[in-house]
Amino acid sequence: MHSFGYRANALLTFALTILAFMCAIASFSDNFSNQTPSAQIQILNINWFQEEPHGNDEVSLTLNITADLQSLFTWNTKQVFAFVAAEYKTSKNSLNQVSLWDAIIPEKEHAKFWIQISNKYPFIDKGHNLRGKDFNLTLHWHVMPKTGKMLADKIVMSGYRLPDAYR
Amino acid sequence: MGLVGETVDSIKSIKIRQLLTQAVTLGMIVTSALIIWKALMCVTGTESPVVVVLSGSMEPGFKRGDILFLTMTKDPIRTGEIVVFNVDGRDIPIVHRAIKVHERENTGHVDVLTKGDNNDVDDIGLYADGQFWLHRHHIMGRAVGFLPYVGWVTIIMSEKPIIKYILIGALGLLVITSKD
Repeated sequence: MHSFGYRANALLTFALTILAFMCAIASFSDNFSNQTPSAQIQILNINWFQEEPHGNDEVSLTLNITADLQSLFTWNTKQVFAFVAAEYKTSKNSLNQVSLWDAIIPEKEHAKFWIQISNKYPFIDKGHNLRGKDFNLTLHWHVMPKTGKMLADKIVMSGYRLPDAYR
Repeated sequence: MGLVGETVDSIKSIKIRQLLTQAVTLGMIVTSALIIWKALMCVTGTESPVVVVLSGSMEPGFKRGDILFLTMTKDPIRTGEIVVFNVDGRDIPIVHRAIKVHERENTGHVDVLTKGDNNDVDDIGLYADGQFWLHRHHIMGRAVGFLPYVGWVTIIMSEKPIIKYILIGALGLLVITSKD
């Protein structure tokens, strides 16, 4: 009853239980944060628009992304993964989402940013459907906690359109 | 006559009841662990509700040794979701993020391309030869929760199996030699 083994076992079990409880509480506290992120995306230029070797449409854009994601950070946040995806509908596919750019934001100070880049990942369609296509640009974010539940959400910005002809 | 009597006495003193109780207790512990695991599988809807991160391809978000909690619902797969998938012919699950999704009208058939956050290229090199997209049946679950460091126990036990044997041996010894 009072042997070393018994005491060590009791101590370990208690420590693990408390640790698990603290992780759960830390994750639960994330529910109380007030999140007000904002973002704006502008297409500055269509660099080129043509068929790539496999025969699918490909377009290269230069984007201007402004965002303020500072309110997403809580004390339990390890990093925020932000990415911009183009969403559009074609006759064959009810939904297409192509990720154009992503970034890992490790700290609150870096979460308010303005960046001008061309798309990091190729914007390739499955087919030839991009000419004259209307599409949305959505800024998604994925809050990865130090422990516990992960949160993801997005802002949808619509009204973008690709040119009617290759160039 | 005396020798036989002594042997019979020593056998009787093994306390069959105590031995049986210990065996049943051990069996109960093992089966209740199994019950919890199967219940988790039911609740989350996936065959592996908990996975250990094995590679550094999702750093700095998920490091080697972290644990991910998965669920699998009928919701469609969308970009940004962290999915766990098995490539045909390989049995080690891979945890990466979906970066492209093409969902077909009506049938709900979906083509997904994934990439690890810390990788420079997408996962086409990881898929089977000639495969360019993942389909729903490849995906085992979506990551919804995360615990750091806890998975190291599993990694150590599978990479250095001698530790597994030492642990089980020590546990067995403890059970046999405990007085109650």
